[in-house]
Amino acid sequence: MILLKLFWSFFLVGLFSFGGGYAAMPFIQEQVVELNGWLTMNEFVDVVTISQMTPGPIAINAATFVGMKMSGIPGAVAATIGCVTPSCFIVLFLAYLYYRYRELSTVKGILKGLRPAVVSLIAVAGFSILQMALLGAKAQSWLAIDLSGFDYVAAIVFAVALFILRKFKVDPIYVMLGSGLVGFIVYYVAG
Amino acid sequence: MEKKKGILFYLQLFWSTFTLSAFTFGGGYVIVPLMRKKFVESYKWIEEQEMLDLTAIAQSAPGPIAVNASILVGYRLAGFPGAVFTITGTILPPLIIIAVVFVFYNAFKESSAVSAVLRGMSAGVAAVVVDAIVKMAVNVVNEKSIFSTCLLAFSFIAAFFFDVDVKLILLSCAILGLAYSLFMRAKNKPADDVKGDAK
Repeated sequence: MILLKLFWSFFLVGLFSFGGGYAAMPFIQEQVVELNGWLTMNEFVDVVTISQMTPGPIAINAATFVGMKMSGIPGAVAATIGCVTPSCFIVLFLAYLYYRYRELSTVKGILKGLRPAVVSLIAVAGFSILQMALLGAKAQSWLAIDLSGFDYVAAIVFAVALFILRKFKVDPIYVMLGSGLVGFIVYYVAG
Repeated sequence: MEKKKGILFYLQLFWSTFTLSAFTFGGGYVIVPLMRKKFVESYKWIEEQEMLDLTAIAQSAPGPIAVNASILVGYRLAGFPGAVFTITGTILPPLIIIAVVFVFYNAFKESSAVSAVLRGMSAGVAAVVVDAIVKMAVNVVNEKSIFSTCLLAFSFIAAFFFDVDVKLILLSCAILGLAYSLFMRAKNKPADDVKGDAK
């Protein structure tokens, strides 16, 4: 039953993605690309790209996209509800504790351990996105990285974009639009 | 829970979270200050300090911060029904937008112009993600806590080189963090507070 499967997979994404922002990325990749094969790695990068250009959290964007692809609007709704269900329970439970005891230090202790782990996991997921951009494929492991498809244009766009982001603190959306324009010129008009 | 009944109040809750969610590009860390502006400054429904605490709870729980914060605001203002209205208001805009985008994506993904744009953008996305990772890693190292820096290194090595299951890494780090803070409390030394995250 695909709707239940979608609900459950995104339930797990919602349950384990601590820390907001990109924290959901490694889990979406695991569930959607690696375990269930609902998206190719290419499509996954497209979803991350689309998420950067549209409002809303990446987990919800991915849930809607994958749900639409697998079974249309019912799929999108099932995956999105799955994604927010763990939040509902856990947030309301924490709110109850907060209003009752006004104390969150145990939670803060757990978070202290989680934050470095979340950063590492996002870094690993970020590395596969970088591989897709520069090499056009994701290696099965770090030992099997194949440099034959190395894309110099993408490497230059990546380096310039990273420089602009770190140096000038511009809104990422302009960086995305700029690299899209370069892609259009180099791969379509010139290529 | 303080309850302000009336269908108009619920509609106002729904509409305010719906518009916040529809026009907030850039994820959770952007929506929280906007929520503060609306609910604390404009409507004066929530106190400043309480909003900060609610933000801390939203960041502590798993799931998107925007969703968590909207559940908390709705629950605080109108109990469980309030939370239902605010969460619906928050998830509908991305649901509708991505559903529409998906239809276009499907129609245009074979087009070589679109795939050229997407290919260029994927290098830009990689840069945006790497930039965010560098900021987050610098934040962890800047805590000047040997504990956090070691966890960062060990969890990266486990995930990247040894392909350890991500859930296992998270669970063990959560347990270590809890044990560490209890240990520090027993030694009568407060564990350093969790500071605000950067995106």
